[in-house]
Amino acid sequence: MAVVTLQIDGHVVAVPAGTSLLAASRAAGLELPVLCHLDGLTPVGACRLCLVEIEGQGKLQPACTSEALEGQVVATNTADLRQWRRMAVELFFAEGNHVCAYCVASGACELQAMAVAVGMDHSRFPYQYPLRQVDASHPLFSLDANRCILCSRCVRVCAELEGAHVWAIAERGRHCRLVAGLDQPWGEVDACTSCGHCVEACPTGALVHKDDSTAEKQPHPAPALQRRRIHDQPGRPDP
Amino acid sequence: MSLAPPPAALPAGPPPKPRLRLATVWLAGCSGCHMSFLDLDELLFVLAERVELVYSPVASDIKTYPEDVDICLVEGAVANTANLELALQLRARTALVISFGDCAVTANVPGLRNLLNRDGRGGAAAVLQRGYVELADGSGRLPHAPDLVPELLDQVLPLHAVIAVDLYLPGCPPSAERIAATLLPLLEGQRPLQAGAAMLRFG
Repeated sequence: MAVVTLQIDGHVVAVPAGTSLLAASRAAGLELPVLCHLDGLTPVGACRLCLVEIEGQGKLQPACTSEALEGQVVATNTADLRQWRRMAVELFFAEGNHVCAYCVASGACELQAMAVAVGMDHSRFPYQYPLRQVDASHPLFSLDANRCILCSRCVRVCAELEGAHVWAIAERGRHCRLVAGLDQPWGEVDACTSCGHCVEACPTGALVHKDDSTAEKQPHPAPALQRRRIHDQPGRPDP
Repeated sequence: MSLAPPPAALPAGPPPKPRLRLATVWLAGCSGCHMSFLDLDELLFVLAERVELVYSPVASDIKTYPEDVDICLVEGAVANTANLELALQLRARTALVISFGDCAVTANVPGLRNLLNRDGRGGAAAVLQRGYVELADGSGRLPHAPDLVPELLDQVLPLHAVIAVDLYLPGCPPSAERIAATLLPLLEGQRPLQAGAAMLRFG
């Protein structure tokens, strides 16, 4: 097994070649903030919270999708990075319609907790108030697009763990939105097995159990998502 | 056994600290933050000794925001012309302005009517049309009495969008503990540490 050795925040770490900078940082005992990352799912670098500085590189790199390389000198928690991270969280709040006061996920929401973690006491960006939809057509669950941060954890857990491929992100830029099936009401998508993994994986109050009211959503149970990904299982084709 | 003679005068202690002039203001909010302020319970007695409450919807009947206020807790978003006028006035007359609760900090629930304001169109007119005409039983008409009832602004705004804010106290409402943890250091001339879930969590 090839091993690479690098420095992260002054710690010398040796990890197998191919390890991500996020995993390498964890190996050094450093916990980076993440919203789109979920252990067991393919990383996509969507939320930009795990951005790190790599010496000699002009731009910041997401640790989750960057490979740890021999001799790298990485900084994960500089004053600049803390500023960018707080700014990213403020942008999340300004971009959607996140009202914690009456949210199903309040108290269990990773965005709400991330605001605390980055020290956000207000958003410096003007709130956009995009017009978004609620899809309550599924008998058990509902989607409130107002609270969606487009992390795509639902998309990936549905494809990689359940193999059902119900969810996708449609359109571009500020028009991006989560769609079920062929942009159908969720309840009409035959491929949905009603397994609920997407609801468990959702970091916010976007995907919820219909039975849950304000502040009743439970944090996602990590162990359920630590099962092996479906395409890692023998006899199952890659999706 | 003889009693000690009474001292001629009380020992001279430090001079009493001047009482801070505190105001609380209620803009577009539900008054829940003020209810939470009243939940300070016995701490209200401490406050009563340490501050002079010079303006407040829950504890005074003064109609005009006074001059030379030290600290002001501002509940609520800025939703109409009266809110805006008072916000500008209190900023000019207050040393330390605190955004008090999620409505002041984010516009929160009052801000949801901004969803009717599409791309700069609609604004207050769309809100009034929806509330007073579309949802009325045929008898609805638009209210208009600008001398009596303040006109709605087109966009509901957080406080810091219209005036400079010195301190943010989020929460819907902020708990009495959070309010105490903010006010008590201020009474001592210290800036409170706004960090951690106990102080910062929205909702």
